[in-house]
Amino acid sequence: MPDQLLFAIEVTLNGLMAGVLYALVALGFVLIFKASGIFNYAQGVMALFAALTLVGIMEGQVPFEHLINATFGTEIHGFGWEVPALLAILLTMVTMVLFAWLVNWLVLRHLVGQEPIILFMATIGLAYFLEGFGDMMWGSDIKALDVGLPQGINSWIDETTLDLFGYGFFIDNLDIAATIIAAILVAVLVAFSQYTKQGRALRAVADDHQAALSVGISLNFIWVLTWSIAGFVALVAGIMWGTKSGVQFSLSLIALKALPVLMLGGFTSIPGAIVGGLIIGVGEKLFEFLVGPLVGGATENWFAYVLALIFLVFRPQGLFGERIIERV
Amino acid sequence: MLYREAGDFKTTYTGDSQTFPIRLDRWGYYLILAVAALLVPLIINDYWLNAVMLPLLIYAIAALGLNILTGYCGQVSLGTGGFMAVGAYACYKLMTAFPDINIAIHIVISGFITAAVGMLFGLPSLRIKGFYLAVATLAAQFFLVWLFNRVPWFYNYSASGQISAPERTLMGFRITGPETQAWAVYLFCLVFVVASAWICRNLTRGSMGRKWMAIRDMDIAAEIIGVNPLRAKLSAFGISSFFVGISGALFFAVYLGAVEVGEVFGINKSFLVLFMVIIGGLGSILGSFLGAAFMVLMPVLLKNVLVGGLGWPTDLAAHLEFMIVGGLIVFFLIVEPHGLAQLWRITKEKLRLWPFPH
Repeated sequence: MPDQLLFAIEVTLNGLMAGVLYALVALGFVLIFKASGIFNYAQGVMALFAALTLVGIMEGQVPFEHLINATFGTEIHGFGWEVPALLAILLTMVTMVLFAWLVNWLVLRHLVGQEPIILFMATIGLAYFLEGFGDMMWGSDIKALDVGLPQGINSWIDETTLDLFGYGFFIDNLDIAATIIAAILVAVLVAFSQYTKQGRALRAVADDHQAALSVGISLNFIWVLTWSIAGFVALVAGIMWGTKSGVQFSLSLIALKALPVLMLGGFTSIPGAIVGGLIIGVGEKLFEFLVGPLVGGATENWFAYVLALIFLVFRPQGLFGERIIERV
Repeated sequence: MLYREAGDFKTTYTGDSQTFPIRLDRWGYYLILAVAALLVPLIINDYWLNAVMLPLLIYAIAALGLNILTGYCGQVSLGTGGFMAVGAYACYKLMTAFPDINIAIHIVISGFITAAVGMLFGLPSLRIKGFYLAVATLAAQFFLVWLFNRVPWFYNYSASGQISAPERTLMGFRITGPETQAWAVYLFCLVFVVASAWICRNLTRGSMGRKWMAIRDMDIAAEIIGVNPLRAKLSAFGISSFFVGISGALFFAVYLGAVEVGEVFGINKSFLVLFMVIIGGLGSILGSFLGAAFMVLMPVLLKNVLVGGLGWPTDLAAHLEFMIVGGLIVFFLIVEPHGLAQLWRITKEKLRLWPFPH
């Protein structure tokens, strides 16, 4: 096979892997949007916060140590212990549930019935707050995250493809792990929403708030539940991206990567988020590979948006979104 | 007692339809204008100019522009930073290509160029609504910033990829470049601000503004009563981008002097201007000023209190600033979704009845 084609296949495969990660973030958006009609801009910062908390707990950092040191003139530097990854993940999850509850109690409860755009702005405010809060709690330096996921080039694929085509594909073990974990996560979420009582209640709320209320489903509980699940998805996404490129501010920008995915797939569809993620992942990598060198590179920043924009002009509800019906 | 409309009789149509129908409001407006134009230039120094007055004035123009689009026409835009960049780069290209022409004219022309770009990116708004549109405007943000970063023609092939404003004078006074006089720069921006506010105010209370508001309140109903959505939406995008472009041009040429596009006109700028509009009040000219003042003054104040007063490290103060900005936005949305302008309106209502509220 010609080299160009082989490169293109490799790029496509890597694009698929990246797409899975985008889909993972987009999934958190879809869950909250379906359940409460809130477009949660803070999802990316939630991933950052979850990853920061995880690293902080694992390394035994004292929360707010910088603040405490600055205010009281003390010299605290960590508890001096290390927490195993699994326990730390559990503790982080507890934090995210607590966060979900607080958000619901302090913010969303007061904004019920407001226009969607107001709710959207509120989550932008939330994102800013959480960003400052996370940095203040755990410090803003770049941290390495290692929860024991495999990393580095997958030598089996490299050797097999070298034998077959005479060119070894570079595929990161981490990406493969991420794909598997994402697949499991989606399966678990689907099973949860189909076969458990809470999952059914969640779908009922997504369908119709009023009707759900009238059969005795507690909206408050469901919202806390959704935000907790979104927190969990954020944690998984945070672990993946954090392991890949370190836990740092740019992690919160994955929310911006997930937005075009959502537009493409439709805000209300879980399959849409996954398919959209894959399309965007492959599309932007291929575009960068084929057209990037001609126009000066770094097209990844905007390609997804422009693709989604052009797509939306022809199909305003996205690939799998519910048809928009306007009643007067 | 003081704030009364009783006895303020209107005998002509012009008298009845003036911008400030209540006498005290009008005097207040003239007073503020007089202080801003006559008193402030006498006492202003470089610190106040660069830390407070220039950002305040320039952001006020950007907020006015976004307020037309988001507050009056109901189209949420997250592309303000990108459009400011268009203004800045248009101004740069004009300044370097036609050095003999007055800088004020360059700035106005960059406004028109931005308006054209804004209308181009506003085209999808005819098909896409709500969130989808908000996200679609992000396409403008990222694409424009990338364009100015990657195409060397825009920054005149300079090695650093930055653009920096050459020295220009207006009536013999230096406006851009090093060693400008604080008062001249201040007055230069003030003229733009006052003119923008005047145009905005009169546009929004005329037929055009009413069409925008009809589209905002319910686009289908507006279409039925004869508002052309194409023209209303595109004119809102165009006029909004015009002001945003002017503010971008001023931001680059007068305030910063040298600009690296990704840093200065990134997505954070879009959010900042959006916050100004929300905190100030959607659909209010006064709100744009209040919002800009709030978002410009608060960090300065916080920095002075925390770093200067309490001796905190600057990074902690920066984190706290993020928390406070975020918290305040949520707080405002919960307590007063219509922003500072609404608070002012309520205060005026109360004042009218004071001291006999019943």
